[in-house]
Amino acid sequence: MTGAACAWYAVRAGLRVVVLDRGPVAGGTTGAGEGNLLVSDKEPGPELNLALLSTRLWHDLSQEPGIGGEIEYEAKGGLVVASGQDGLAALHTLAAEQRRFGVESESVAAESLTELEPHISPSYAGGVYYPQDAQVQPARAAAVLLREAVRQGAVLHTGTTVTALLRDVDASDDTDDATGGTVRGVVTDRGTLRASWVLNAAGTWGGTIAQLAGVRLPILPRRGFVLVTEPLPRVIRHKVYAADYVANVASDSSALQSSAVVEGTAAGPVLIGASRERVGFDRSFSLPVARQLAAQAVAMFPILERVRVMRSYLGFRPYLPDHLPAIGADPRAPGLLHACGHEGAGIGLAPGTGYLLAQVLTGKAPDLDLTPFRPERFEHDGDQEDDQDGSEGGGE
Amino acid sequence: MSRPRGPLALVDARPGPGFQVTFDGAPLDVLPGQTIAAALWSAGITSWRRTRVEQRPRGVFCGIGVCFDCLVTVNGVPNQRACLAPARPGDEIRTQDGDGHVEV
Repeated sequence: MTGAACAWYAVRAGLRVVVLDRGPVAGGTTGAGEGNLLVSDKEPGPELNLALLSTRLWHDLSQEPGIGGEIEYEAKGGLVVASGQDGLAALHTLAAEQRRFGVESESVAAESLTELEPHISPSYAGGVYYPQDAQVQPARAAAVLLREAVRQGAVLHTGTTVTALLRDVDASDDTDDATGGTVRGVVTDRGTLRASWVLNAAGTWGGTIAQLAGVRLPILPRRGFVLVTEPLPRVIRHKVYAADYVANVASDSSALQSSAVVEGTAAGPVLIGASRERVGFDRSFSLPVARQLAAQAVAMFPILERVRVMRSYLGFRPYLPDHLPAIGADPRAPGLLHACGHEGAGIGLAPGTGYLLAQVLTGKAPDLDLTPFRPERFEHDGDQEDDQDGSEGGGE
Repeated sequence: MSRPRGPLALVDARPGPGFQVTFDGAPLDVLPGQTIAAALWSAGITSWRRTRVEQRPRGVFCGIGVCFDCLVTVNGVPNQRACLAPARPGDEIRTQDGDGHVEV
């Protein structure tokens, strides 16, 4: 998704773009996402600013001919619920802080929750409604954005793996990095491409591309499961989640965390997330995780007890140690830019990322300060644990 | 002249005694071990669901439990995968309209 958005905004800025994907479009984390476009779960700071920019851009995209009608954009709004008075007070504090930065929200009293969600459990102390939260179908969104980018001149090569970067041999470069010249393009398993800029949007596998340039980008996979119920009439109207989800998102633990994130979809099935585990790239099904997610969803919406889960899927969020993405030019490898590490917010943050990088690529000052996202910020962290099990590189 | 060889003859199957189920009220003969999809196909029935939006007919697509296209209502419970659910004596199988839920 991030790569598709980068391609779209770069083409719109008048650049010539070639998109390389080692697999099919949306074959990685994008295809395993829920398509959440959230401002509600972000604390004030650079990620929230990027989310607010992206929310506006997603809305613009939803009006764009050739795109709008095809990405299942739904401005459904988010409802965050708290189970106790303490949790509710913390939620109200967060909402008040977010409001200062442009996040719209309304407090919802316990007795009014059923006006928004008729089937919600009566056990909650109250909640906050966030009208700016929205959703797209992520695989469709990535495919449609790429299709339209191609229509406007971009070139797309799927099934093409980047194996090396072309670098200048720079004799005047007195850094101790032997590979250190300007990046001039990529070598793939299907040929060589020269380019003025190479943009790494390989998501969870972005660290591998960085490695090809001899630079470190410590992206780790954070596994998440989603349960998909049988299709239902509209019983859940918004994206609904428990307030402790925000704490889980910000957690650094590698142990399993989950909190119910429940939403209906345009197609009928209800999607149930969200688990977070750091278990490398382990794709095996986990019954304990599925059970916990189902139990939490039933606690939130007791009506789901009678509903069957048809299937589940899993994906790997690209996770950087400070939970912020890497966006911008890499001073350690001139000519290389990064747009990866958006963790579980990549669909939501994609347009802002693409829009800002198109500004960078065309020599403009980006609308948002990219300093907090600078890709070299982990340079002096020392060696991090690295659980990327033999991942393959490839542009997304 | 060779006689027609069906799947039972091809594998030299000797199934146990059959039983009956109903499809939209009409009786169907079933052999033990057949899935609901197999029972319906054996009776020449290839569609048992209408899609949620455009009411298009649906039956078996993948046949191995992956695509969820063959959903059907069995004994009042909607969204059963006909290709996986074994037919049992007396099952009431019904064409499923849309998501199969009148209301939730």
